[in-house]
Amino acid sequence: MSSSSSSDDELGGARIPIGQRPEWSDVRPVPQDEGPRPVVAIAYSGEFRETMDYFRAVYLAGERSPRALDLTGEAIEMNPGNYTIWHFRRLVLEALNVDLLKEREFVDHTASHNSKNYQIWHHRRWLAEKLGPEAANREHEFTRSVLALDAKNYHAWSHRQWVLQALGGWENELDYCHQLLEDDIFNNSAWNQRYFVITKSPLLGGLQAMRDSEVDYTIEAILANPQNESPWRYLRGLYKGETNLLLNDNRLTDLCLKVLKTDCSRVLALSLLLDLLCNGLQPSEELKEVVESMRHDRSEPSNANLAAVICSILEAMDPMRLNYWAWRRSNLPSEIC
Amino acid sequence: MGELEAEKHVQYILSVEKRKDDFESLLMEHLRINGAYWGLTTLDLLRKIEAVDSDEVVSWVMSCQDQDCGGFGGNVGHDAHLHYTLSAVQILLLFDRLDILDIDKVSDYVAGLQNEDGSFSGDIWGEVDTRFSYCAICCLSLLHRLDKINAEKAVDYIVSCKNLDGGFGSIPGGESHSGQIFCCVGALAITGSLHHVDRDLLGWWLCERQCKDGGLNGRPEKLADVCYSWWVLSSLTMIDRVHWIDREKLAAFILNCQDRENGGISDRPDNAVDVFHTYFGVAGLSLLEYPGLKPIDPAYALPVDVVNRIFFGK
Repeated sequence: MSSSSSSDDELGGARIPIGQRPEWSDVRPVPQDEGPRPVVAIAYSGEFRETMDYFRAVYLAGERSPRALDLTGEAIEMNPGNYTIWHFRRLVLEALNVDLLKEREFVDHTASHNSKNYQIWHHRRWLAEKLGPEAANREHEFTRSVLALDAKNYHAWSHRQWVLQALGGWENELDYCHQLLEDDIFNNSAWNQRYFVITKSPLLGGLQAMRDSEVDYTIEAILANPQNESPWRYLRGLYKGETNLLLNDNRLTDLCLKVLKTDCSRVLALSLLLDLLCNGLQPSEELKEVVESMRHDRSEPSNANLAAVICSILEAMDPMRLNYWAWRRSNLPSEIC
Repeated sequence: MGELEAEKHVQYILSVEKRKDDFESLLMEHLRINGAYWGLTTLDLLRKIEAVDSDEVVSWVMSCQDQDCGGFGGNVGHDAHLHYTLSAVQILLLFDRLDILDIDKVSDYVAGLQNEDGSFSGDIWGEVDTRFSYCAICCLSLLHRLDKINAEKAVDYIVSCKNLDGGFGSIPGGESHSGQIFCCVGALAITGSLHHVDRDLLGWWLCERQCKDGGLNGRPEKLADVCYSWWVLSSLTMIDRVHWIDREKLAAFILNCQDRENGGISDRPDNAVDVFHTYFGVAGLSLLEYPGLKPIDPAYALPVDVVNRIFFGK
C-alpha cells in the first residue's frame, strides 16, 4: 500500500515534497480557508501545510484512490488527532476494498507512538468490528502491549472491554488482572477490570459465585498494603446491595482489627469500620479497646459512641479531609448515637 | 505562592491568539474552536473579554459550521463533531450572539446523534462516550431544545456507567475518572437528575483525589494536575461537597503552576504552560471564589452571568 511517497521515517530516506512527485502533478493543492476575515488565520509552514493542502484537494474532490489512501497515511503521521483525515481514510478504505489486515499494520504502527489519541482507538475499533470475532485475540495482544508500557491507559482499557463484550476472548482475563496486580497492586485500572470480569464474564458465574474467593483475595492485598485505596473500595463493591452479608462476614471486622493493630496508615480501616457501625454492626470488646487506644484526646468522656470516636480520630489523622470526617460525625444515624 | 498574575494571563491568551505559525498551533489547528472557547472563557472570567473583537470571532465561528448537517467543525472546512458544536455555541453565548444561529438546525444535528440506548455518538462515525452525552445535553439545554431528545434514556445510559466507588466511566464498566465524572454529573445536573448520584460516596472518592501537594488527581495513584482543579472541583460543587477538600492548599497548588514571567498556567509546577491548563486553573480558582474573578457555573462551564442571561434573560 505504501508507495515511494511514504514519509521518511519509514524509509529512512529524504522526503520528496508532494508537489515534486509525478503522481500528484494533476492535482491543485487547496489552502486552508481562513474564514471571512484573515485575522484569525493560521500561517501554516513547510511539509505540514503542503500535505494538508493536497489532502484538502482530494477530500473536496471525493477522490477514492490508492494515492489518496497514501496521502491520508502521511497526513495522519503528521497529525493523528485530526478527525477529518481518519474519516476520509475510512471512506477510501471502504471504496477500494483494501485488505484490512494491512490496515491493521498501519494502525499498529501509528498507535505505537500515539497511545492516548481518541481517533486511532476509534479507527481500531471500526477495523476490529469489520474483522469480527477472529480478531479478538489479536486485539487483546495489542492492548496488552500498550498496557505493558502504561498500565492505566484509559483508551486501551475501554477498547479491551469493548472487544471482550463484542468479540469475546474472556478465557484468560482474570489471570491477566492478577498478573497486572502482581506488577502493581496500586493499579486502580486493574482492580476496575477485575470487577468488570467477575461481574460480566460469561465463564465465571457472576458476582455471587465469585464473592467468597474474591473477598479472600482482596483481604490479602489489603494486608500487604493497608494504605491502598483501590482494594478497600473493591471490597465494598463485592457486597453491593448486600448489607446483611457485609455485616455478617467476620473476615471484615478481623481485617479492620489486624490493620488497626499495625503501624501502617489506618485511615481506610477506620473508614470501613465506620461504615459497618453506621449500618448496625455491634462492635466486639476487642474492637472497642483498639479504637479507644488510638484516641488522641482522652479527656473526652469515654462513653461517647464508637462511631463518633472514630470520626474524631480521623479528623486528626487525615487533616486534608477534616471537613468530610466532621460531616460524618455530625450525620451519624440516630440509632447508633 | 503569591497572587494570581491576572494581567499576564490575559496577555498570554491574547498572544496565543495571534501566534499562528509555531508547531503547537499547527497541532491545535483541528481543535481550534475548543482552544478559542478555553481562551475566551478565561478572558471573560478575568473580566477582559472586551480585549478581543467579538465580530471577528463570531464570523470565524460561523464559518466553521457545516452547512449540510448543521454541526460545527474544529476549524473552517473540518467535519462536524459534538464537542466542537458545544464549543461554538458556548462562544456565541459569551458574546450574546445566538441571534446569528439557526437554532433548530444545530439542535437537530445534536439530537440526531442520540442512539437507541440513550447514549450519544460524537459524530457520524459512531464513537460512544459519556463525554458526548454531556456535550449534547449541555448544548441542547443552552439552546432551550432539550425536548428534542429522549432525556430519560440519556439519563439511564449515564446511570449505567456508574461504578462501585460512586464515580462514572466513559462506557458501562469503564473505570471512574474525574473528567468523565464531570461530564456525567454535569449532564445529570442539567437534566435535574442528580438524585441518581450517591453524593456522599462520590464526594468521598472525589475528595480522596487531593494529593499531599494540595493538587487534585484524576484517578487513584496518579499525579496531581491543574486540569482536575476543574473536573473534580466542579463535580464537588454540583453535589455540594466542595468544602470536603482543603481549598487553601488547592489554590496554592494552582498559583504555583503559573508562569510568572510570561503568563499562562501549566499542568504542574515548572512545566510548560498552555491555554487548556490556563483555563482549568483560572476556572478552578473561580470555583474557589478567588477575589476578582467572575464566578463560573459548574455544569455549563460558562460564567454565571452568561448562564443567567440565557435562562433568566438578565
